[in-house]
Amino acid sequence: MRAADALMESLKAEGVEDIFGIPGGANLPTYDALVDADLRHVQVMHEQAGGHAAEGYAHASGKVGVAFGTSGPGATNLVTAIADAMMDSVPTVFITGQVRTELIGTDGFQEADIVGVTLPIVKHSLLCTEAAHIPQYIHEAFHIASTGRPGPVLVDVPTDLSKEEIEYQPPTGPVELPGYRPNLEGNSKQIRIAAKAIANARRPVIYSGGGVINANASEELREFATADKFPLTSTLMGLGAFPADHEQWLGMLGMHGTRTANYTMDEADLIIAVGARFDDRITGKLSEFAPNAKFIHIDVDPAEISKNVPAHIPIVGDAKLVLPKLTREYQSLQTDSSRLDGWWSRIKAWQGEYPLGYEPGSDGEIKPQFMVEMMHKVTGGDAIITSDVGQHQMWAAQYYGFKEPRRWINSGGLGTMGFGLPSAIGAKVACPDEEVVCLAGDGSLIMNVQELATAVNQNVPVKIFLQNNGFMGMVRQWQELFWSERYSGVENGPSPDWVKLAEAFGAKGMRCEESGDLEEMMQATLAHDGPALLDVRTSPRENCYPMIPAGNAARDMVG
Amino acid sequence: MVRLEDLQVSRTLSGRKHVLSILVENRPGVLARVSGLFSRRGFNIDTLAVGPTEDPAISRITLTLDGAVHPIDQVTKQLHKLINVLKIRDMEPDDSVAREMALFKVSAAVENRAEIVQFAEIFRAKIVDVSRRALIVEVTGSHDKIEAFESMLRPHGLLEMVRTGEVALARGGD
Repeated sequence: MRAADALMESLKAEGVEDIFGIPGGANLPTYDALVDADLRHVQVMHEQAGGHAAEGYAHASGKVGVAFGTSGPGATNLVTAIADAMMDSVPTVFITGQVRTELIGTDGFQEADIVGVTLPIVKHSLLCTEAAHIPQYIHEAFHIASTGRPGPVLVDVPTDLSKEEIEYQPPTGPVELPGYRPNLEGNSKQIRIAAKAIANARRPVIYSGGGVINANASEELREFATADKFPLTSTLMGLGAFPADHEQWLGMLGMHGTRTANYTMDEADLIIAVGARFDDRITGKLSEFAPNAKFIHIDVDPAEISKNVPAHIPIVGDAKLVLPKLTREYQSLQTDSSRLDGWWSRIKAWQGEYPLGYEPGSDGEIKPQFMVEMMHKVTGGDAIITSDVGQHQMWAAQYYGFKEPRRWINSGGLGTMGFGLPSAIGAKVACPDEEVVCLAGDGSLIMNVQELATAVNQNVPVKIFLQNNGFMGMVRQWQELFWSERYSGVENGPSPDWVKLAEAFGAKGMRCEESGDLEEMMQATLAHDGPALLDVRTSPRENCYPMIPAGNAARDMVG
Repeated sequence: MVRLEDLQVSRTLSGRKHVLSILVENRPGVLARVSGLFSRRGFNIDTLAVGPTEDPAISRITLTLDGAVHPIDQVTKQLHKLINVLKIRDMEPDDSVAREMALFKVSAAVENRAEIVQFAEIFRAKIVDVSRRALIVEVTGSHDKIEAFESMLRPHGLLEMVRTGEVALARGGD
């Protein structure tokens, strides 16, 4: 069989059903093979968006997302999505065409050394040098992308090899990679020590991250957290792993986290970090981060442990396997739950004193926080929400109240503006029966606005709630607070006309300028049978608070 | 019971020079992955030597770096994440043998030639090229020995030099 057809068979053998991508000269054999393959190809308008769609697909479904690009510019357009998937540990496989083998290294037409370009931003990459290797490489790529700490794997396939005839044998059995053996179980002695330390802590807090969601360990997290009344906070990437309406939930922590969560971390004597990597947006000033705390760090990636914050009790393992063991160990100790009473009264005092809140808008003004609360109301709080990057992203994190995992899809680590719409398309392809809403900012949405065409052409009925304040809002906020209000490069202005733009692409477009109309117009947007955009004019100068100014300590929160 | 105040974290900076012996799959691009990881993470390589092992499918990278600047456990953990890296060993000075080779081209006029030859004998170095104005001297040994030899030759006019970077093997039969 032709290697390109074997490639399709290999993808199907890995359980792939949907692919995002764009054809070009160097991956024409692949696209020819797609004609006969029983796979859905979602033709996107820009490879970057195809990559983000694959990420959204992976986030929503837990499966590996797949994106195709041709050689050269097609491949380099994927780079932002690859870097994004790396930072957020998204299981993804990127398959790029490459120029013919004999042209490699000659600066051939549409040649780029994409393996070289992406070396620092992939979990692994493979350049096919023999057609017969392709099925095995695909098998390895999916294994590496989806196991251990997930991440992006790039497979670069020269076009001449895809046309060769090979013997196709579906690769069976486990992948044997001598240099790759993720440790999943967790060291039982360390787990025992951790349980004892928790039993001795008087001011413990659980700090959970995106790794819990990647490990599908939300249930296990809930059981551990409720083994005693442990307060729990989570990162941006970890939202939804623990229900936001639970009494032990403190809200998100970090730069735009709640004061309660940040003060709890600040005064904790023991921090139990699960699948979280102590990012600078969490720690603020590292030397003043949680100064009184000892750290238990549970992570499947050993390199994360003690990378930023030295761990007193490291546990390398998969949260889904480690947490139940930790829960059992803890329960086997006869602990006195009342030791946490004092801690909780301190936490409750913060919650009473510093609730999340905002000034209501006057004269029909639409406050962005109100808009997120309204989104919660009209979607029943259980839509899949994707977001771009900026103020609206933080407001969604603060005010939507995620109750389930894989309902909150955004670019946390790389902070990629333009992520929201394509990732919504990917999520909707993965979960066609779910309501998928992209909360966008006007600065971000325009960065991949061409994907409105994808949504229309490919019949992917995503809804876009555009928080339109005419600014690069978060940058404006920083210039206002930290750069003496010297505004530079942040005014987006009134253009484009978003309603007409949506209509130009064949989507439904509507505009809302009065807070009293918002609920009805959101309902109408959701009810529309097809992609729809609601341009919501929100307060242009609203700032996102509370906030830890970059490089400061949690105690120095403002707003 | 584990008392929280008894939990300690060991410091990660060792303060000494480390020789890391890294076994990798012998595949195109592996060295680029390893060296790229160092530059990406801000780890500075002092020396780097790469060559085959007894198994043609496996190459050995020996690299040295300053443990006073870089947390070695973080370096090795990041290296372990590379799929093509099979094994990493931090060579303890007492349990391993490390050698480096150097070639020195030194200016050698009639009046100082004998002295250079004498130095070479003391350091068990070899004169491998002789011309009217210069000698090339080959020396093998520990990092410190080569440093010492270099400092002896330098006053005579060191025209060019090249060093391989250290290679190392663990002692014993394991």
